[in-house]
Amino acid sequence: MSLHGYGPHLLSGAWLTVELGLLSLLVAALIGMFSALAKLSSITLLRFAAQFYTTLIRGIPDLVLMLIIFYGGQIALNQASEALGWGYININPFIAGVLTLGFIYGAYMTETFRGAIMAVPRGQMEAAFSIGMSQKLAFRRILFPQMMRHALPGFGNNWLVMIKATSLVSIIGLEDVVRIGDMAGKSLHQPFDFFLAVALVFLALTTVSVILLRWAEAHYGLEA
Amino acid sequence: MNFPLIASHLGLFVEGILTTLRLVGASLLIGLIVAIPCAIMRTSRNPLINGPIWLFTYIFRGTPLLIQLYLIYYGLAQFPQIRNGPLWPFLSEAWWCALLAFTLNTAAYTAEIIRGGILTMPRGEIEAAKACGMSMLLRYRRIILPSAFRRALPAYGNEVIFMLHASAVASTVTLIDILGAARKFNGMFNTYEGFLVAAPIYFVLTFTLVGGFRLVERRWLRHLNLRSS
Repeated sequence: MSLHGYGPHLLSGAWLTVELGLLSLLVAALIGMFSALAKLSSITLLRFAAQFYTTLIRGIPDLVLMLIIFYGGQIALNQASEALGWGYININPFIAGVLTLGFIYGAYMTETFRGAIMAVPRGQMEAAFSIGMSQKLAFRRILFPQMMRHALPGFGNNWLVMIKATSLVSIIGLEDVVRIGDMAGKSLHQPFDFFLAVALVFLALTTVSVILLRWAEAHYGLEA
Repeated sequence: MNFPLIASHLGLFVEGILTTLRLVGASLLIGLIVAIPCAIMRTSRNPLINGPIWLFTYIFRGTPLLIQLYLIYYGLAQFPQIRNGPLWPFLSEAWWCALLAFTLNTAAYTAEIIRGGILTMPRGEIEAAKACGMSMLLRYRRIILPSAFRRALPAYGNEVIFMLHASAVASTVTLIDILGAARKFNGMFNTYEGFLVAAPIYFVLTFTLVGGFRLVERRWLRHLNLRSS
């Protein structure tokens, strides 16, 4: 199997996939945390909004959501900018990809974090408040460190699903490893070789992830 | 949304639903049949038996379904031996390629799910079956597999939903599944409203399946939640 000098090109695509995955993970974790807190909040409207968000996202395939957010977002943005007289704005596909993946997997993170928060005994937070900690401080020092240990396995699973889902951004035009492999394979009439190389890139990413997650669980997980 | 236009092309979306259901249903069924012997082999202590199955599930669970589909649909045509081979009538068709990719993918995930069910089998039940003089085949058929299936049911429910959602990639290899119908509609009328039809269809199918599995679980896992019901 020869890549005819396309190796570095593929690697740059692989790097884009890693960047996309990590930034999306950050967005998903932030959305997931806020949405999990909203689900457990005493404010009905927040609970309702978070429930609506997670139910809707988890009922629709990620590819369909991605296409809706990408094309729909572009059209909505055009209409808005036209109304404001700004002219045509093109969405940067990388940022769109990060926000879309983050928004979708934020819904899955919500469920992981919600379960993890509920697994921390109630008395912990009560004790924190009773010694005068503010909501913020109690979250940072008491709830967060304890819930993350419970969240680790689910968090890891979500990451493994999400890194594979990044392959879908090639469909909305991002130059990730899948798209570069696709184009190189077509121009050299070696589609199998190049898709095999792409598959190996993903296999390497998931393997490294699994090893790191196993290490993290051994050190910070519930059995550590 | 242009409802009259959508209504006049309802047939396209019905075709899409049927394609998705047929594709997902067939790959889940064949995948399950493949997964059972794989799961049993995967629990073997002999590395020559569990090694190949480990490799199979490692590869198919570690790479995106999209790439697996591309490898089979676009990739295999690279080889003249395959283009001139007896399987080419199948492998040149998007439908069969998608069926093959989906089946292998779900078989890999399902094998690991069932393996989990087998490994959590209480030892005493197997010993009791042996003490009754059951052969290995009979043990698997009457004791181990029914019990493993029950324990695997919640995870398998997730796999079925995952498969339904993942099947949307079939539209990238020209198949008119639900998303394929939406894309065709969009292409015909230069709109993106087709996606807004596809999304609720997937949503309804998803929660129908979720409800269905909840019913099956309530029946088959009744012994586990005596107090809550």
